Amino acid sequence: MTQDALISVRGLRTAFGPHVIHENLDLDIRRGEILGLVGGSGTGKTVLLNTILGLKQPDGGDVFFEGHRYGGLSRADRHRVNSRWGVLFQNGALFTSLTVRENVMAPLREHVSMPQELMEEIAGMKIGLAGLSPEAADRYPSELSGGMRKRAALARALALDPDILFLDEPTAGLDPIGAAAFDSLILELSQALGLTVLMITHDLDSLHAICDRVAVLADKKVEAVAPLEALMRNPHPWIQEYFHGPRGRAATAGQGG
Amino acid sequence: MRGKALEAVDSAGVVVRQDGAKTVVELFGDWTVETIGASDGALRRVEETTAPGDIVIDLTRLGRIDTAGAFIIGRVTRRCGEPDGDFHFIGDHPTARRLIEEVRARTTVCADEPPSTFGFGKALGRIGAGLEAMFSEILDTLGFLGRTMMTGFSSLFVPSRLRLTPTIWAMEEVGVNAMPIIATLSFFIGAVVAYMGANLLQGLGFSVFTVELVGIAVLREFGVLITAIMLAGRSDSAFTAQIGAMKMQQEVDAMRVLGLDPFEVLVLPRVIACTLMAPLLTFGAMIAGIFGGMLVAWSAQDISPSLFITRFHEQLDWSHFLVGMSKAPVFGLVVAIIGCRQGMQVGGDVESLGRRVTASVVQSIFAVIVLEALFAMLYLELGI
Ligand SMILES: Nc1ncnc2c1ncn2[C@@H]1O[C@H](COP(=O)(O)OP(=O)(O)O)[C@@H](O)[C@H]1O
Ligand SMILES: [Mg+2]
Repeated sequence: MTQDALISVRGLRTAFGPHVIHENLDLDIRRGEILGLVGGSGTGKTVLLNTILGLKQPDGGDVFFEGHRYGGLSRADRHRVNSRWGVLFQNGALFTSLTVRENVMAPLREHVSMPQELMEEIAGMKIGLAGLSPEAADRYPSELSGGMRKRAALARALALDPDILFLDEPTAGLDPIGAAAFDSLILELSQALGLTVLMITHDLDSLHAICDRVAVLADKKVEAVAPLEALMRNPHPWIQEYFHGPRGRAATAGQGG
Repeated sequence: MRGKALEAVDSAGVVVRQDGAKTVVELFGDWTVETIGASDGALRRVEETTAPGDIVIDLTRLGRIDTAGAFIIGRVTRRCGEPDGDFHFIGDHPTARRLIEEVRARTTVCADEPPSTFGFGKALGRIGAGLEAMFSEILDTLGFLGRTMMTGFSSLFVPSRLRLTPTIWAMEEVGVNAMPIIATLSFFIGAVVAYMGANLLQGLGFSVFTVELVGIAVLREFGVLITAIMLAGRSDSAFTAQIGAMKMQQEVDAMRVLGLDPFEVLVLPRVIACTLMAPLLTFGAMIAGIFGGMLVAWSAQDISPSLFITRFHEQLDWSHFLVGMSKAPVFGLVVAIIGCRQGMQVGGDVESLGRRVTASVVQSIFAVIVLEALFAMLYLELGI
């Protein structure tokens, strides 16, 4: 595996019963890059994310984290590794019985010791950073709109200033202006903090605007990983359809590319 | 910059010194979310005691920094008219200044929650609110009953609107599956009543009256009461949880939008099932209770089963059985109504689901016992 790979997936096989999702899948996430992951609905993007996060046991193959096999880490190491991850789940997965501020404070409580007042201030700062208005901080997730819930979930994902951010369709359900602001926030954070980002997305504009490389999931494996321009020349039929179909052309034209 | 590996991080340190009119805040080590907790107090003191324009932050020996660190450093100068001015900083750092500005630009400090007040007036207020809530709960439950009745009547005229499959399913859940536990409980209650009778009546030489004692107690009260309480604990909580979970996932909203009436699809089948199965369960409970009493009478007092049954037939009126049975559908209805209504009240969060399930069990047991007392008064006045 390459030296600068932060996370490497090798020979991964996952299945639900007889239903095989991934077969012999390889993927490298390099330190400091923003990697986009695209693929048709139901091709197993979320399942791949869950497997990388250790939430689902692979049926074959391994996930390496900085060269260490994730399954072989001790409990304490795994805890420390987890504190460096921020995850934005597809449906937000906020704790419904806590306010937004308490949601953001939950990982802080678990992983660091600091005065309560500072913790509340930092939670407020993260909420602002994610683009939510201060009034939203003391509301419950059920009182928020879908887009606001996404932002609250992002604030929680950012709570520990993770090194690696996993985003599952972060801009789905946001208005275009909100989605663009979200993109610029991710880009700014990744540059200022050296964040590594894995972003599952269907948003062609996001791919154009911020992704350094794009991985395509098709036929149960990662069919291609390349910067977007190179990827668009890939002859694979699904990739051609994806980038050169009507929506793909419109987004490319919008970027002046 | 970043890229900390699995090793520990340097702790954050701060030294404050006076340099002429300026107060210089020297930062050491890594300022990340793990490390800043200890330096919070020192920075707060600087912010509160120093004129904002005189604060200078020395970044020379600052290690790694993240947004939490940038926030706490930027906080020191936030009262200055020009919080990110060059005169505030000495020393170079690859990312600190940019990050501090970025965090400040994107942050609007959230207002603190208003402190809650305690006191006598508040306590009275809570009592009042509690009473009002109780009355409105009762009113709403009656309203819910009315609405269910209306749905029931309208599907009497259009029988095709009655959902047969969910009704049968609910009957199996509420009735068949609950029978073993209810019969077992009732068996033991009958046995306990017989033991009590044995103790009391043997002393008086009337041990044969155990038959009447067991018969009347089980037929009139215990059979139906055990059934109602088990329905409340078992089926009513299940109704609330099932409907509540659907409410949480917006399934109920989806039904409405699709033109399905949740009362017809969710509430009515459960109410019908519960009302119909309660008498059957009660009958089972009565049989089991009498059987338990009979066994105890046989073993402890030598009243043979044949004597027990003969005396049972001779001495006990059918009215006891009918009184017990007449209460069963009422209890079944009340339990089902309360369970379904609480389920429909669940909001969007898990906590309200838990609260509603608890409320539903408490309310239905409460209602069963109050109704039981009313029935007792009613039948006493009627002389049955
Ligand atoms: N818990 C599960 N049990 C069985 N099959 C599942 C489960 N989760 C996902 N799948 C299947 O795995 C496939 C990939 O799902 P997913 O990763 O959610 O797709 P997407 O790429 O749209 O995120 C789908 O065919 C789905 O049916
Ligand atoms: Mg998905």
